Amino acid sequence: MNHPRRKINVLAAILLSLVAGTSLAQYDGLSAEDKGLAIAREADRRDLGWGDSSATMNMVLRNRQGDESVREMRNKALEVADDGDKSLIIFDEPRDVRGTALLTFSHRVGDDDQWLYLPALKRVKRIASSNKSGPFMGSEFAYEDISSQEVEKYTYRYLRDETLNGQDCFVIERDPVDEDSGYSRQIVWMDKAEYRVQKVEYYDRKDSHLKTLTFHDYQQYLNKHWRAQRLEMVNHQTMKSTTLTFADYTFANGFDDREFNQSGLARMR
Amino acid sequence: MLNAIDRFVVRMGQGIMAHRWLTVILSILLVGWFAYGARYLGFSTDYRVYFGPENPQLKAFDQVQNVYNKNDITMVVIEPPGDTTFNRETLSLVDTFTERAWGLPYVIRIDSVTNFQHTEAEGDDLKVADLVDNPAGLTDAELAAIRAVAINEPLLAGRLSSRDGRVLAVAVTHQYLGKSSMEVTEAVAATRQLRDELLAEYPEHRIYLSGSNMMSNTFAEASMADIQSLYPLMYGLLIVVVYLFLRSVTATAATVVIIVFSTVGAMGLAGYLGISLTSPSAISPIVITTLAVADSVHILVSLFALMREGKSKQEAMVESLRLNFMPVFLTSITTALGLLSINFADSPPLHDLGNISAMGSILAWLLSITLLPALIAIFPVKVPARKGSFMAARMMALGEWTVRNKRPVFWSSALISAALMAMIPLNEANDKFVHYFDERIQFRNDSDFMADNITGLYTMEFSLPAKNGVADPAYLAQLDAFKNWWYENPKVMHVSSVSDIFKRLNKNLHGDDPEWYRLPTERDMAAQYLLLYEFSLPFGLDLNNSINLDKTASRFIVTFEHLKSRETRETLFSGQQWLRDNAPDLAATGVSPAVMFAFIAERNFSSMAVGIPLALLGISVILVLALRSLKFGLVSLVPNLFPMGMAFGLWAIYNGEVNFTMSFSMGVMLGIIVDDTIHFMSKYLRARREQNISPEEAVVHTFRTVGPALLVTSLTLALGFLVLCYSAFYPTASMSLLTVMGIACALITDFLLLPVVLLWADREKASEQTMETACESSAS
Repeated sequence: MNHPRRKINVLAAILLSLVAGTSLAQYDGLSAEDKGLAIAREADRRDLGWGDSSATMNMVLRNRQGDESVREMRNKALEVADDGDKSLIIFDEPRDVRGTALLTFSHRVGDDDQWLYLPALKRVKRIASSNKSGPFMGSEFAYEDISSQEVEKYTYRYLRDETLNGQDCFVIERDPVDEDSGYSRQIVWMDKAEYRVQKVEYYDRKDSHLKTLTFHDYQQYLNKHWRAQRLEMVNHQTMKSTTLTFADYTFANGFDDREFNQSGLARMR
Repeated sequence: MLNAIDRFVVRMGQGIMAHRWLTVILSILLVGWFAYGARYLGFSTDYRVYFGPENPQLKAFDQVQNVYNKNDITMVVIEPPGDTTFNRETLSLVDTFTERAWGLPYVIRIDSVTNFQHTEAEGDDLKVADLVDNPAGLTDAELAAIRAVAINEPLLAGRLSSRDGRVLAVAVTHQYLGKSSMEVTEAVAATRQLRDELLAEYPEHRIYLSGSNMMSNTFAEASMADIQSLYPLMYGLLIVVVYLFLRSVTATAATVVIIVFSTVGAMGLAGYLGISLTSPSAISPIVITTLAVADSVHILVSLFALMREGKSKQEAMVESLRLNFMPVFLTSITTALGLLSINFADSPPLHDLGNISAMGSILAWLLSITLLPALIAIFPVKVPARKGSFMAARMMALGEWTVRNKRPVFWSSALISAALMAMIPLNEANDKFVHYFDERIQFRNDSDFMADNITGLYTMEFSLPAKNGVADPAYLAQLDAFKNWWYENPKVMHVSSVSDIFKRLNKNLHGDDPEWYRLPTERDMAAQYLLLYEFSLPFGLDLNNSINLDKTASRFIVTFEHLKSRETRETLFSGQQWLRDNAPDLAATGVSPAVMFAFIAERNFSSMAVGIPLALLGISVILVLALRSLKFGLVSLVPNLFPMGMAFGLWAIYNGEVNFTMSFSMGVMLGIIVDDTIHFMSKYLRARREQNISPEEAVVHTFRTVGPALLVTSLTLALGFLVLCYSAFYPTASMSLLTVMGIACALITDFLLLPVVLLWADREKASEQTMETACESSAS
């Protein structure tokens, strides 16, 4: 867990990154594995300190013949200092699950904890399953695709540099640590300028290309934190696709732990 | 006009004799170029190719497949050595197979007893986990508990576990990309390898492979097997028959060259046209071969006869070409027309078979009048000792007998024909696709085992709309009622309905109290149960294959043991009627491969009901022109049409079940039967016109001159199709047997009914005017 990069001070790194191309210098001499991890750490570091956020989520699901179906949700998230983040998703559409809320404590190591509040039962149910790699609300996103992307959830390997849509990118392979993951590996394109994920290719357990996720319309909040407004996931095997749109991002809402616990779930609206 | 053709043929014949080497080289170049197209030929491994793009059952099926997942499924059936499958070893085998199957090509989902997402109450929570975890370490009590779940759970029993707990199955779902025709082959090869690996680890177990995926692959494999076993047999027989008849090594060799070139050329052209081979079209080389033999034989027979009369080889060849040019041209063009009529059929593989065979038939004609004479000119030909006089004498005797007994012959043959044709309606369309393959094919045996022990291959699925969402209790109650109605049918082995999931979740969320194993009564409650369940499902085991995106429809699958086509149609209609009567909001059309095959024969036959008359009309017009007589053109309808009807009548007596490829027999029979008519009638009319003899004498003369050749070509054709009767692919075998029956009927019609009809038709006019003027007036 000790890497020489840690010794480089933050200011120096920022200064270096101002000059395109020279930012690479900090990774000189690293093995592909170390360089991949270093890049992932840097991306994580750059987004530190966002505190809390809230946004609305809209998902449009499409099947092979183009039929569409819509899901509406609200998302609240809280940054946790020494562990994975906490998140709360409240479902508004479809109507028969309105008011249902999903609380997640993600963890850097081990399974995430999840609870679902079912308003019809007026009860909170823990999701007692170790494998949560199924589709999220029937979409092409698996829960693991949109959950908090903690650095520790993968092992990394830097592959190459590549230009994607005119942006200089790192291309990194990351392999899920969780054995129940639906993927054997993922290939990530991350731009060098701001360390934002631009594209992810997902490979299934037999190592066939399963899905591609692309990120669109990045906007910066609090002069620091970049959030994509639109995510497009395409399944190459079933030809189904899902568009996930985020809107009304707000930061510094003053959320705290009391809102992100099981007893608080029932009060959420 | 005839003289002009004659002059042209003579010039062409002399030209070929003079430039024999050039002719051979040009032929080789042309056929070589055609054959080069064979590199584009592939084998299609998708049973869907049997259905045209406009086929309504295919369209309905594809629509359902587009909403849910496609279901190209391999059923892996596992039989343990002992009485129960719920032991550590067998469950380990199933578990290992389930895990390793994720590595198979194009796999998107695997369902088995071991990875079944079993739900149970855990305190106040819902625990969702694999039914079997770490099978080697299970206690006897745990094994008993697993068995109890597997043989009682509606989603498992009768599909992935036999109801008696003796046999288990793994359902492997593939999603093909459709980029290569080898995808299915690749997936099946990998599945078999995995099976072999596991059999090596668990040698006491047996593993059977079935499902729609194996069926697709078997269509291709059965053809390959046919090619390997039937082709050598076919060519061997052919060479023997041709040699026995011609008694000349050179002539036999030349005939084989013509046949091989026609076949190879036509297959290559098929490649250029982008045709991919299927079980029916893979037999086109045999069809071409049988058809091509006749052209060469007719030319060579005349050649030898003329050489025996003292003509030189060259002279005799030119004269033989002159005599045979028109008949050989006519028979080829009419055969091609008959074959092309198959394009009216509904199944594209039948079009391909018809088109490839038609191209081969035209190519055989071209080569018989060019390459064949050139080869004969180059290589030494020893005229065989005069033989066949015995056969000709017998034929003459038959002719005389027919003429003498024309009244009894007419009435008896007319009666027999009528009686046979009256049997036609007794035929019943039946396409049981598992039984397309006989016991030599593993798929058939494995599928039979599966049907006898655990679940069937004949399904019917419905996408049932839920206007208030699938969680609507009223909808779920209707699903349940529909399910119960199906289970009243003893042929139903399994019904898959999402209502069973809701019942189970309701029980789980009430502390596993069996009292609560019933449908939830509130819609929101049901929807939220389902959401909770969905959040707990692992990769590849989601509900997308049973509930649509909107949750406004669910997939309802009924599995049967073997069903006949008629039973499938009746069952389908009664199911659809039940929905209309009892749950009109859920009205839907049942779809499945079984449903598609249940209608395929009817669709093909009814489309051929347009194609055959059209082809017959075209052929009749050609015959009227060629025979230069409207009357004799019309008379030709009798021998052209009767044998086909008689053959179907015979089939009704012999078997009575027709399948879709038999519509192809109609085209083949038409093409072949017309050849006999042309040879018989053209020789008869030539005798009447050129030798000015009475109809009776002309009939006897015709028997003597073409009788032996007709007999031999019919024998060759019958042998060719008899070889195909040995095909392991039942549609090919049955279609061939029917064609053999047609050829036999055609010979009987030509030797018995046609002569007396000719005598009758000729008599009326002959009393008023001479034959020549009659012909000239109708020809002008």
